[in-house]
Amino acid sequence: MADSYYDPADLRKFGNITDWSEELGTKFFEYYGKVFEEGALSAREKSLIALAVAHVVKCPYCIDAYTKDGLQKGITKEEMMEAVHAGAAIESGATLVHGVQMMNKYNKLSM
Amino acid sequence: MATKSLKARHEALVMDNKQMEILNGGIFEDGELPYFKDKIAQTGQFPLRPKQLEILQINVGYMCNQVCEHCHVDAGPDRKEIMTRETMEMCLEVIRNTAAHTLDLTGGAPEMNPDFRWFVEEAAKAGIKDFIVRSNLTIIRANKKYYDLPQFFKKHNIHVISSMPHYTRGKTDKQRGEGVFDLSIKALQELNAVGYGMPGSSLRLDLVYNPSGAFLPGDQVAMERDFKKALKEDFEINFHNLFSITNLPIARFLDYLIASGNYEDYMYSLVEAYNPSAVANVMCTNTISVSWDGWLYDCDFNQMLGLKVASKIRHIRDYNEDILNDRNIIISQHCYGCTAGAGSSCQGSVT
Ligand code: SF4
Ligand code: SF4
Repeated sequence: MADSYYDPADLRKFGNITDWSEELGTKFFEYYGKVFEEGALSAREKSLIALAVAHVVKCPYCIDAYTKDGLQKGITKEEMMEAVHAGAAIESGATLVHGVQMMNKYNKLSM
Repeated sequence: MATKSLKARHEALVMDNKQMEILNGGIFEDGELPYFKDKIAQTGQFPLRPKQLEILQINVGYMCNQVCEHCHVDAGPDRKEIMTRETMEMCLEVIRNTAAHTLDLTGGAPEMNPDFRWFVEEAAKAGIKDFIVRSNLTIIRANKKYYDLPQFFKKHNIHVISSMPHYTRGKTDKQRGEGVFDLSIKALQELNAVGYGMPGSSLRLDLVYNPSGAFLPGDQVAMERDFKKALKEDFEINFHNLFSITNLPIARFLDYLIASGNYEDYMYSLVEAYNPSAVANVMCTNTISVSWDGWLYDCDFNQMLGLKVASKIRHIRDYNEDILNDRNIIISQHCYGCTAGAGSSCQGSVT
Protein backbone atom coordinates (compact mmCIF):
# COMPACT_ATOMS: atom_id res chain seq x y z
CA MET A 1 0.00 0.00 0.00
CA ALA A 2 1.38 3.40 -0.94
CA ASP A 3 1.99 5.77 1.93
CA SER A 4 0.58 8.77 0.10
CA TYR A 5 -2.73 9.39 -1.65
CA TYR A 6 -1.21 10.13 -5.02
CA ASP A 7 1.38 7.86 -6.65
CA PRO A 8 2.53 8.89 -10.16
CA ALA A 9 2.78 5.20 -11.12
CA ASP A 10 -1.00 4.89 -10.55
CA LEU A 11 -1.63 6.90 -13.70
CA ARG A 12 -0.40 3.94 -15.78
CA LYS A 13 -3.01 1.79 -14.06
CA PHE A 14 -5.91 4.05 -14.97
CA GLY A 15 -7.13 1.46 -17.46
CA ASN A 16 -7.54 -1.04 -14.62
CA ILE A 17 -10.78 0.63 -13.49
CA THR A 18 -12.36 -1.46 -16.23
CA ASP A 19 -11.48 -4.63 -14.28
CA TRP A 20 -14.17 -3.98 -11.70
CA SER A 21 -16.80 -2.70 -14.08
CA GLU A 22 -16.11 -3.86 -17.58
CA GLU A 23 -19.07 -2.24 -19.29
CA LEU A 24 -18.91 1.19 -17.70
CA GLY A 25 -15.12 1.32 -17.87
CA THR A 26 -15.04 0.40 -21.54
CA LYS A 27 -17.79 2.87 -22.39
CA PHE A 28 -15.97 5.61 -20.50
CA PHE A 29 -12.66 5.03 -22.31
CA GLU A 30 -14.40 4.89 -25.68
CA TYR A 31 -16.10 8.16 -24.94
CA TYR A 32 -12.89 9.68 -23.60
CA GLY A 33 -10.93 8.68 -26.69
CA LYS A 34 -13.59 10.04 -28.99
CA VAL A 35 -13.75 13.38 -27.18
CA PHE A 36 -10.09 14.08 -27.82
CA GLU A 37 -10.07 13.25 -31.52
CA GLU A 38 -9.86 16.03 -34.10
CA GLY A 39 -13.32 17.46 -34.61
CA ALA A 40 -14.74 20.95 -34.87
CA LEU A 41 -11.95 21.71 -32.41
CA SER A 42 -8.43 20.53 -33.18
CA ALA A 43 -6.81 17.92 -30.94
CA ARG A 44 -4.37 20.66 -30.00
CA GLU A 45 -7.11 23.01 -28.78
CA LYS A 46 -8.73 20.23 -26.82
CA SER A 47 -5.44 19.36 -25.18
CA LEU A 48 -5.11 22.95 -23.93
CA ILE A 49 -8.68 22.93 -22.62
CA ALA A 50 -7.97 19.65 -20.82
CA LEU A 51 -4.85 21.16 -19.29
CA ALA A 52 -6.76 24.18 -18.00
CA VAL A 53 -9.51 21.99 -16.54
CA ALA A 54 -6.93 19.65 -15.01
CA HIS A 55 -5.66 22.60 -13.00
CA VAL A 56 -9.10 23.76 -12.01
CA VAL A 57 -10.11 20.32 -10.75
CA LYS A 58 -6.58 20.04 -9.32
CA CYS A 59 -5.96 16.54 -10.59
CA PRO A 60 -2.22 15.78 -10.45
CA TYR A 61 -2.62 12.83 -12.80
CA CYS A 62 -4.35 14.95 -15.42
CA ILE A 63 -1.75 17.71 -15.05
CA ASP A 64 1.05 15.21 -15.72
CA ALA A 65 -0.86 13.63 -18.57
CA TYR A 66 -1.81 16.85 -20.34
CA THR A 67 1.56 18.52 -19.89
CA LYS A 68 3.07 15.55 -21.66
CA ASP A 69 0.27 15.52 -24.22
CA GLY A 70 0.91 19.21 -24.88
CA LEU A 71 4.62 18.57 -25.42
CA GLN A 72 3.73 15.78 -27.82
CA LYS A 73 1.53 18.11 -29.77
CA GLY A 74 4.25 20.76 -29.98
CA ILE A 75 2.40 23.14 -27.66
CA THR A 76 4.76 25.72 -26.15
CA LYS A 77 5.16 26.41 -22.45
CA GLU A 78 3.81 29.93 -22.95
CA GLU A 79 0.63 28.50 -24.46
CA MET A 80 0.33 26.03 -21.60
CA MET A 81 0.72 28.71 -18.96
CA GLU A 82 -1.86 30.93 -20.66
CA ALA A 83 -4.29 28.02 -20.64
CA VAL A 84 -3.71 27.57 -16.91
CA HIS A 85 -4.43 31.27 -16.42
CA ALA A 86 -7.62 30.97 -18.44
CA GLY A 87 -8.72 28.20 -16.05
CA ALA A 88 -7.61 30.17 -13.02
CA ALA A 89 -9.41 33.31 -14.20
CA ILE A 90 -12.69 31.43 -14.60
CA GLU A 91 -12.20 29.78 -11.25
CA SER A 92 -11.48 33.03 -9.43
CA GLY A 93 -14.19 34.78 -11.43
CA ALA A 94 -16.62 32.11 -10.29
CA THR A 95 -15.64 32.87 -6.71
CA LEU A 96 -15.83 36.63 -7.15
CA VAL A 97 -19.14 36.69 -9.01
CA HIS A 98 -20.63 35.23 -5.81
CA GLY A 99 -19.62 38.55 -4.31
CA VAL A 100 -22.77 39.88 -5.97
CA GLN A 101 -24.83 37.39 -3.98
CA MET A 102 -23.05 38.56 -0.84
CA MET A 103 -23.81 42.18 -1.76
CA ASN A 104 -27.45 41.35 -2.47
CA LYS A 105 -27.85 39.58 0.84
CA TYR A 106 -26.05 42.36 2.67
CA ASN A 107 -28.28 44.97 1.14
CA LYS A 108 -31.42 43.00 1.82
CA LEU A 109 -30.54 42.50 5.44
CA SER A 110 -29.39 46.05 6.03
CA MET A 111 -31.66 49.00 6.76
CA MET B 1 24.68 21.28 -22.64
CA ALA B 2 27.46 18.72 -23.15
CA THR B 3 30.16 19.56 -25.65
CA LYS B 4 31.65 16.09 -25.81
CA SER B 5 30.30 12.73 -26.90
CA LEU B 6 29.66 10.04 -24.28
CA LYS B 7 32.47 8.13 -25.89
CA ALA B 8 34.95 10.96 -25.32
CA ARG B 9 33.70 11.16 -21.74
CA HIS B 10 34.37 7.40 -21.46
CA GLU B 11 30.83 6.82 -20.27
CA ALA B 12 30.21 3.16 -19.49
CA LEU B 13 26.78 3.37 -21.12
CA VAL B 14 28.05 3.46 -24.68
CA MET B 15 29.93 0.26 -24.15
CA ASP B 16 27.41 -1.72 -26.16
CA ASN B 17 26.76 -4.45 -23.67
CA LYS B 18 25.79 -1.93 -21.05
CA GLN B 19 23.04 -0.53 -23.29
CA MET B 20 21.80 -3.99 -24.15
CA GLU B 21 21.86 -4.92 -20.48
CA ILE B 22 19.60 -1.98 -19.70
CA LEU B 23 17.27 -2.66 -22.62
CA ASN B 24 16.93 -6.34 -21.75
CA GLY B 25 16.87 -5.95 -17.97
CA GLY B 26 14.87 -3.99 -15.42
CA ILE B 27 11.15 -3.64 -16.12
CA PHE B 28 11.40 -6.11 -19.01
CA GLU B 29 13.25 -8.76 -17.07
CA ASP B 30 10.80 -8.36 -14.18
CA GLY B 31 7.94 -9.05 -16.55
CA GLU B 32 6.39 -5.64 -15.87
CA LEU B 33 6.57 -4.94 -19.61
CA PRO B 34 6.66 -7.53 -22.40
CA TYR B 35 9.77 -8.14 -24.50
CA PHE B 36 9.45 -6.83 -28.06
CA LYS B 37 9.82 -10.32 -29.50
CA ASP B 38 6.87 -11.58 -27.45
CA LYS B 39 4.81 -8.59 -28.44
CA ILE B 40 5.32 -9.10 -32.18
CA ALA B 41 4.87 -12.85 -31.76
CA GLN B 42 1.27 -12.16 -30.67
CA THR B 43 0.50 -11.15 -34.24
CA GLY B 44 2.69 -13.81 -35.79
CA GLN B 45 5.39 -11.35 -36.81
CA PHE B 46 8.32 -13.02 -35.08
CA PRO B 47 10.95 -13.51 -36.38
CA LEU B 48 11.00 -10.20 -38.16
CA ARG B 49 12.07 -10.66 -41.79
CA PRO B 50 13.13 -8.20 -44.49
CA LYS B 51 10.96 -7.53 -47.53
CA GLN B 52 12.24 -6.14 -50.82
CA LEU B 53 15.32 -3.94 -50.23
CA GLU B 54 14.49 -0.34 -51.07
CA ILE B 55 16.91 1.83 -49.14
CA LEU B 56 20.63 1.69 -48.73
CA GLN B 57 21.57 3.88 -45.80
CA ILE B 58 25.24 4.68 -45.47
CA ASN B 59 26.71 6.27 -42.39
CA VAL B 60 29.84 8.06 -43.58
CA GLY B 61 31.10 8.89 -40.09
CA TYR B 62 30.18 9.86 -36.57
CA MET B 63 31.89 13.25 -36.62
CA CYS B 64 29.49 16.15 -36.25
CA ASN B 65 29.68 19.89 -35.66
CA GLN B 66 26.87 19.53 -33.11
CA VAL B 67 26.52 17.50 -29.91
CA CYS B 68 22.73 17.21 -29.67
CA GLU B 69 21.46 15.91 -26.38
CA HIS B 70 19.18 13.30 -27.94
CA CYS B 71 21.67 11.93 -30.48
CA HIS B 72 21.43 8.14 -30.86
CA VAL B 73 24.73 8.18 -32.77
CA ASP B 74 26.57 9.88 -29.89
CA ALA B 75 28.05 12.05 -32.62
CA GLY B 76 30.25 15.07 -32.04
CA PRO B 77 33.38 16.94 -33.09
CA ASP B 78 35.50 14.50 -31.10
CA ARG B 79 34.37 11.36 -32.95
CA LYS B 80 37.07 10.05 -35.24
CA GLU B 81 35.14 7.28 -37.00
CA ILE B 82 35.13 8.44 -40.62
CA MET B 83 34.52 6.36 -43.75
CA THR B 84 37.62 6.08 -45.92
CA ARG B 85 37.64 6.41 -49.69
CA GLU B 86 38.48 2.74 -49.89
CA THR B 87 35.25 1.79 -48.10
CA MET B 88 33.38 4.32 -50.23
CA GLU B 89 34.66 2.52 -53.34
CA MET B 90 33.13 -0.69 -52.04
CA CYS B 91 29.86 1.14 -51.36
CA LEU B 92 29.87 2.56 -54.90
CA GLU B 93 30.23 -0.91 -56.31
CA VAL B 94 27.09 -1.89 -54.40
CA ILE B 95 25.21 1.32 -55.28
CA ARG B 96 25.78 0.62 -58.99
CA ASN B 97 24.27 -2.83 -58.72
CA THR B 98 21.67 -2.68 -55.99
CA ALA B 99 17.94 -3.11 -56.50
CA ALA B 100 17.37 -0.36 -53.91
CA HIS B 101 15.83 2.81 -55.34
CA THR B 102 16.97 5.08 -52.50
CA LEU B 103 20.42 5.99 -51.27
CA ASP B 104 20.48 7.71 -47.90
CA LEU B 105 23.68 9.30 -46.58
CA THR B 106 23.82 10.02 -42.91
CA GLY B 107 26.25 10.58 -40.06
CA GLY B 108 27.23 12.55 -37.88
CA ALA B 109 27.34 15.39 -40.30
CA PRO B 110 28.05 13.56 -43.57
CA GLU B 111 29.45 16.75 -45.08
CA MET B 112 32.37 16.62 -42.64
CA ASN B 113 33.78 13.50 -44.25
CA PRO B 114 36.72 14.82 -46.35
CA ASP B 115 35.64 12.62 -49.28
CA PHE B 116 31.95 13.51 -49.04
CA ARG B 117 31.76 15.54 -52.24
CA TRP B 118 33.70 13.04 -54.25
CA PHE B 119 31.44 10.28 -52.98
CA VAL B 120 28.27 12.20 -53.83
CA GLU B 121 29.53 12.95 -57.33
CA GLU B 122 30.39 9.33 -57.98
CA ALA B 123 27.20 7.96 -56.42
CA ALA B 124 25.03 10.41 -58.37
CA LYS B 125 26.36 8.86 -61.59
CA ALA B 126 24.80 5.54 -60.64
CA GLY B 127 21.38 7.03 -61.39
CA ILE B 128 19.69 6.17 -58.10
CA LYS B 129 16.10 7.40 -58.09
CA ASP B 130 16.11 9.13 -54.73
CA PHE B 131 19.44 10.32 -53.36
CA ILE B 132 19.10 11.62 -49.81
CA VAL B 133 21.61 13.53 -47.72
CA ARG B 134 20.71 14.05 -44.08
CA SER B 135 22.06 17.50 -43.37
CA ASN B 136 21.82 19.07 -39.94
CA LEU B 137 21.46 22.57 -41.47
CA THR B 138 23.94 24.34 -39.17
CA ILE B 139 26.80 22.66 -41.05
CA ILE B 140 25.90 24.83 -44.03
CA ARG B 141 26.74 27.89 -41.91
CA ALA B 142 29.51 26.29 -39.81
CA ASN B 143 32.43 27.25 -42.00
CA LYS B 144 33.02 29.08 -45.29
CA LYS B 145 33.96 25.84 -47.01
CA TYR B 146 30.37 24.65 -46.54
CA TYR B 147 28.59 27.82 -47.68
CA ASP B 148 28.11 26.48 -51.19
CA LEU B 149 26.48 23.23 -50.07
CA PRO B 150 23.00 24.30 -51.26
CA GLN B 151 24.42 24.77 -54.76
CA PHE B 152 26.30 21.51 -54.56
CA PHE B 153 23.17 19.64 -53.47
CA LYS B 154 21.23 21.23 -56.29
CA LYS B 155 23.81 20.29 -58.88
CA HIS B 156 23.46 16.62 -57.97
CA ASN B 157 19.72 16.75 -57.41
CA ILE B 158 20.12 15.68 -53.80
CA HIS B 159 17.04 15.22 -51.68
CA VAL B 160 17.85 17.14 -48.50
CA ILE B 161 16.39 15.95 -45.21
CA SER B 162 17.14 18.14 -42.24
CA SER B 163 16.35 18.06 -38.58
CA MET B 164 14.45 20.87 -36.93
CA PRO B 165 13.18 20.04 -33.46
CA HIS B 166 10.80 22.96 -33.20
CA TYR B 167 9.74 26.18 -34.83
CA THR B 168 10.64 28.14 -31.72
CA ARG B 169 14.13 29.17 -30.73
CA GLY B 170 13.92 28.01 -27.10
CA LYS B 171 13.07 24.40 -27.76
CA THR B 172 15.47 24.04 -30.65
CA ASP B 173 18.45 25.44 -28.79
CA LYS B 174 17.72 23.38 -25.70
CA GLN B 175 17.95 20.15 -27.66
CA ARG B 176 20.60 21.01 -30.19
CA GLY B 177 22.69 23.76 -28.63
CA GLU B 178 22.81 27.54 -28.28
CA GLY B 179 22.44 29.40 -31.56
CA VAL B 180 21.33 26.33 -33.54
CA PHE B 181 17.92 27.79 -34.25
CA ASP B 182 19.16 30.99 -35.89
CA LEU B 183 21.73 29.12 -37.95
CA SER B 184 19.14 26.57 -39.06
CA ILE B 185 16.77 29.32 -40.13
CA LYS B 186 19.52 30.97 -42.13
CA ALA B 187 20.42 27.65 -43.77
CA LEU B 188 16.79 26.94 -44.65
CA GLN B 189 16.48 30.37 -46.24
CA GLU B 190 19.56 29.64 -48.31
CA LEU B 191 18.19 26.30 -49.42
CA ASN B 192 14.94 28.03 -50.38
CA ALA B 193 16.92 30.65 -52.30
CA VAL B 194 18.33 28.02 -54.69
CA GLY B 195 14.90 26.44 -55.08
CA TYR B 196 14.87 23.78 -52.36
CA GLY B 197 11.56 23.17 -50.64
CA MET B 198 9.61 25.65 -52.79
CA PRO B 199 6.05 24.71 -53.72
CA GLY B 200 6.14 22.58 -56.86
CA SER B 201 9.94 22.42 -56.89
CA SER B 202 11.58 19.10 -57.72
CA LEU B 203 14.39 19.97 -55.31
CA ARG B 204 13.07 18.12 -52.26
CA LEU B 205 13.58 19.60 -48.83
CA ASP B 206 11.98 17.70 -45.97
CA LEU B 207 12.30 18.35 -42.28
CA VAL B 208 12.61 15.89 -39.46
CA TYR B 209 11.00 16.61 -36.16
CA ASN B 210 11.91 14.66 -33.07
CA PRO B 211 10.72 15.52 -29.60
CA SER B 212 13.06 17.50 -27.36
CA GLY B 213 12.47 15.41 -24.26
CA ALA B 214 10.99 12.26 -22.81
CA PHE B 215 7.76 12.26 -24.78
CA LEU B 216 6.52 10.87 -28.07
CA PRO B 217 6.00 12.86 -31.25
CA GLY B 218 2.50 14.03 -32.02
CA ASP B 219 0.52 13.37 -35.16
CA GLN B 220 2.73 13.99 -38.19
CA VAL B 221 0.06 15.75 -40.23
CA ALA B 222 -0.82 18.17 -37.44
CA MET B 223 2.85 18.86 -36.69
CA GLU B 224 3.54 19.54 -40.35
CA ARG B 225 0.68 22.01 -40.46
CA ASP B 226 1.99 23.84 -37.37
CA PHE B 227 5.58 23.90 -38.63
CA LYS B 228 4.55 25.13 -42.07
CA LYS B 229 2.44 27.90 -40.69
CA ALA B 230 5.02 29.12 -38.16
CA LEU B 231 8.07 28.93 -40.42
CA LYS B 232 6.21 30.65 -43.24
CA GLU B 233 4.74 33.42 -41.12
CA ASP B 234 7.83 34.14 -39.07
CA PHE B 235 10.65 33.52 -41.54
CA GLU B 236 9.18 33.11 -45.04
CA ILE B 237 10.51 29.54 -45.10
CA ASN B 238 9.10 26.77 -47.32
CA PHE B 239 9.67 23.05 -47.10
CA HIS B 240 7.93 19.98 -48.47
CA ASN B 241 7.18 17.36 -45.82
CA LEU B 242 7.72 16.99 -42.13
CA PHE B 243 8.70 13.55 -40.81
CA SER B 244 8.03 13.03 -37.18
CA ILE B 245 10.46 10.58 -35.64
CA THR B 246 10.38 8.95 -32.23
CA ASN B 247 13.58 9.10 -30.17
CA LEU B 248 14.87 5.60 -29.53
CA PRO B 249 16.41 4.78 -26.16
CA ILE B 250 19.96 4.54 -27.45
CA ALA B 251 23.24 6.35 -26.64
CA ARG B 252 22.77 9.95 -25.52
CA PHE B 253 18.99 9.76 -25.46
CA LEU B 254 19.16 6.68 -23.24
CA ASP B 255 21.70 8.45 -21.05
CA TYR B 256 19.35 11.43 -20.79
CA LEU B 257 16.36 9.22 -19.95
CA ILE B 258 18.22 7.51 -17.15
CA ALA B 259 19.83 10.67 -15.76
CA SER B 260 16.51 12.53 -15.73
CA GLY B 261 14.61 9.66 -14.10
CA ASN B 262 12.38 9.24 -17.17
CA TYR B 263 13.56 5.88 -18.47
CA GLU B 264 10.80 3.66 -17.09
CA ASP B 265 7.99 6.07 -17.91
CA TYR B 266 9.32 6.48 -21.42
CA MET B 267 9.46 2.73 -22.00
CA TYR B 268 5.91 2.49 -20.66
CA SER B 269 4.79 5.16 -23.11
CA LEU B 270 6.44 3.32 -26.00
CA VAL B 271 4.91 -0.02 -25.06
CA GLU B 272 1.49 1.54 -24.43
CA ALA B 273 1.59 3.18 -27.86
CA TYR B 274 2.61 -0.10 -29.51
CA ASN B 275 0.83 -0.42 -32.83
CA PRO B 276 0.92 -3.91 -34.36
CA SER B 277 0.17 -2.55 -37.82
CA ALA B 278 3.38 -0.50 -37.74
CA VAL B 279 5.49 -3.65 -37.41
CA ALA B 280 5.12 -4.70 -41.04
CA ASN B 281 6.67 -1.43 -42.21
CA VAL B 282 9.48 -0.80 -39.76
CA MET B 283 12.54 0.55 -41.46
CA CYS B 284 14.66 -2.58 -41.16
CA THR B 285 12.21 -4.43 -43.42
CA ASN B 286 13.35 -2.43 -46.47
CA THR B 287 16.69 -0.93 -45.46
CA ILE B 288 20.29 -1.98 -45.02
CA SER B 289 22.52 0.21 -42.93
CA VAL B 290 26.25 0.43 -43.63
CA SER B 291 28.65 1.76 -41.02
CA TRP B 292 31.68 3.99 -41.61
CA ASP B 293 33.90 0.91 -41.54
CA GLY B 294 31.74 -1.09 -43.94
CA TRP B 295 29.84 -3.41 -41.59
CA LEU B 296 26.22 -4.15 -42.32
CA TYR B 297 23.30 -3.65 -39.93
CA ASP B 298 19.51 -3.95 -39.96
CA CYS B 299 19.24 -0.23 -39.22
CA ASP B 300 21.21 2.75 -37.95
CA PHE B 301 19.99 2.03 -34.42
CA ASN B 302 21.32 -1.52 -34.41
CA GLN B 303 24.53 -0.06 -35.79
CA MET B 304 24.88 2.14 -32.73
CA LEU B 305 24.18 -0.84 -30.49
CA GLY B 306 26.85 -2.85 -32.33
CA LEU B 307 24.36 -5.49 -33.52
CA LYS B 308 25.65 -6.60 -36.92
CA VAL B 309 23.27 -8.40 -39.30
CA ALA B 310 22.58 -12.05 -38.60
CA SER B 311 23.79 -13.22 -41.99
CA LYS B 312 26.90 -14.76 -43.36
CA ILE B 313 27.26 -11.55 -45.38
CA ARG B 314 28.28 -9.02 -42.78
CA HIS B 315 30.57 -6.61 -44.59
CA ILE B 316 30.09 -4.43 -47.66
CA ARG B 317 33.12 -6.05 -49.31
CA ASP B 318 31.24 -9.37 -49.47
CA TYR B 319 27.88 -7.78 -50.33
CA ASN B 320 25.29 -10.10 -51.82
CA GLU B 321 21.75 -8.81 -51.73
CA ASP B 322 19.99 -12.15 -52.09
CA ILE B 323 21.86 -13.84 -49.30
CA LEU B 324 21.61 -10.76 -47.13
CA ASN B 325 17.87 -10.43 -47.60
CA ASP B 326 17.36 -13.96 -46.37
CA ARG B 327 17.93 -13.21 -42.69
CA ASN B 328 16.18 -12.62 -39.40
CA ILE B 329 16.30 -9.04 -38.15
CA ILE B 330 17.89 -8.53 -34.76
CA ILE B 331 15.45 -6.90 -32.39
CA SER B 332 15.37 -5.74 -28.81
CA GLN B 333 13.34 -3.40 -26.65
CA HIS B 334 14.59 -0.26 -28.45
CA CYS B 335 12.44 -1.46 -31.38
CA TYR B 336 9.35 -0.29 -29.50
CA GLY B 337 10.44 3.17 -30.67
CA CYS B 338 9.69 2.17 -34.27
CA THR B 339 6.22 0.79 -33.54
CA ALA B 340 4.77 3.46 -31.25
CA GLY B 341 1.66 5.25 -32.49
CA ALA B 342 1.81 5.78 -36.23
CA GLY B 343 5.25 4.13 -36.21
CA SER B 344 8.57 5.80 -36.86
CA SER B 345 11.33 5.49 -39.41
CA CYS B 346 13.87 7.73 -41.08
CA GLN B 347 11.03 8.63 -43.45
CA GLY B 348 8.67 9.49 -40.59
CA SER B 349 5.44 7.64 -39.79
CA VAL B 350 4.98 4.21 -41.33
CA THR B 351 1.20 3.71 -41.13
S1 SF4 C 1 21.52 14.47 -33.84
FE1 SF4 C 1 22.45 14.80 -35.84
S2 SF4 C 1 23.19 16.91 -35.74
FE2 SF4 C 1 22.83 16.26 -33.65
S3 SF4 C 1 24.81 15.46 -32.93
FE3 SF4 C 1 23.64 13.73 -33.73
S4 SF4 C 1 24.30 13.54 -35.85
FE4 SF4 C 1 24.88 15.58 -35.16
S1 SF4 D 1 15.17 -0.40 -34.17
FE1 SF4 D 1 15.93 -1.17 -36.11
S2 SF4 D 1 15.65 -3.36 -35.94
FE2 SF4 D 1 14.35 -2.45 -34.41
S3 SF4 D 1 12.36 -2.22 -35.41
FE3 SF4 D 1 13.47 -0.30 -35.62
S4 SF4 D 1 14.43 -0.46 -37.61
FE4 SF4 D 1 13.88 -2.55 -36.99
